[in-house]
Amino acid sequence: MFSDVSFVALSSFFPLGISQYILGGIFIGLAVVLGFLFTGKLLGHSSVFSSTWSYISSLRYFHQAHYRKARQWRLLFALGTVLGALIFTVFTGDWFVSSFSWWQLLVGGFLVGFGARYSRGCTSGHGICGMSSLSGMSTTAVIIFMIVAVSTAQLIQFLGAL
Amino acid sequence: MFATKKNLSYLPLFIIFCSGLLFGLGLAVSQMAKPEIVQSFLLFEDLGLLFVMGVAVLIVLPFYTLYPKISRRSFFGSPLEKYPSLPFRKTVIGAIIFGLGWGIAAVCPGAALASLGIGNYQIIFALIGMFLGSYCVALLQQ
Repeated sequence: MFSDVSFVALSSFFPLGISQYILGGIFIGLAVVLGFLFTGKLLGHSSVFSSTWSYISSLRYFHQAHYRKARQWRLLFALGTVLGALIFTVFTGDWFVSSFSWWQLLVGGFLVGFGARYSRGCTSGHGICGMSSLSGMSTTAVIIFMIVAVSTAQLIQFLGAL
Repeated sequence: MFATKKNLSYLPLFIIFCSGLLFGLGLAVSQMAKPEIVQSFLLFEDLGLLFVMGVAVLIVLPFYTLYPKISRRSFFGSPLEKYPSLPFRKTVIGAIIFGLGWGIAAVCPGAALASLGIGNYQIIFALIGMFLGSYCVALLQQ
């Protein structure tokens, strides 16, 4: 009786099941471990949006050693991320186009880029690399951006604005 | 970069590229490359994202915490990086702004890149936004 109730409660939070989430998490974890063991690098994604600017901008900020020296591998890491998803989708045929409006993506992307670079981390940087390093500051960042993102998304839905 | 400047080794770059491939594969398999699925997490309709992040952290954590006790260098001999820690104020302000953007568009940097790979050409607007946002941080901190 009790287990029936808790099963229904659990599955209502996971309407699509959980196996794809666990499998995906395993691949992501292995990707970060592979990079760390062989090269010592922490593989967050957001830095590429700063380091790549150093190819075309002369702003001194972009030519700090930690961006300029990393710009090549960061771009390759980003390219790999695109291609990894592409190869998977070539096999599954599960092509996808989002229904978000272009300005929603542009504004959201702008804030994500600004916030990630201002706090030096994103979902993969603070969320996976930072938390796995038991960094208190990264864990703080994750808790804050989760709360803000959930509130923002729920508020937008409530207002029916988007 | 990894070796001395003149003796650039391509093997570490290849490994990082493979890490990218695996990461992108993981984002596609876990459906996190679809903003709609991330949005359903933010609306508490499907909490799968917690599993993706949780499983990844559980796998990475022992390597990040234990490997540095065995060796100070990676297999290729480069030093092990540590996650940089910023002042509390910057971390909080940045995380709030990041959260606002994540709540509006349901995309984060890694997932946006993978989203391009699953054919979501619309995500190019989010990527342009991320480049512009990063540029503004540079202007601000110049």
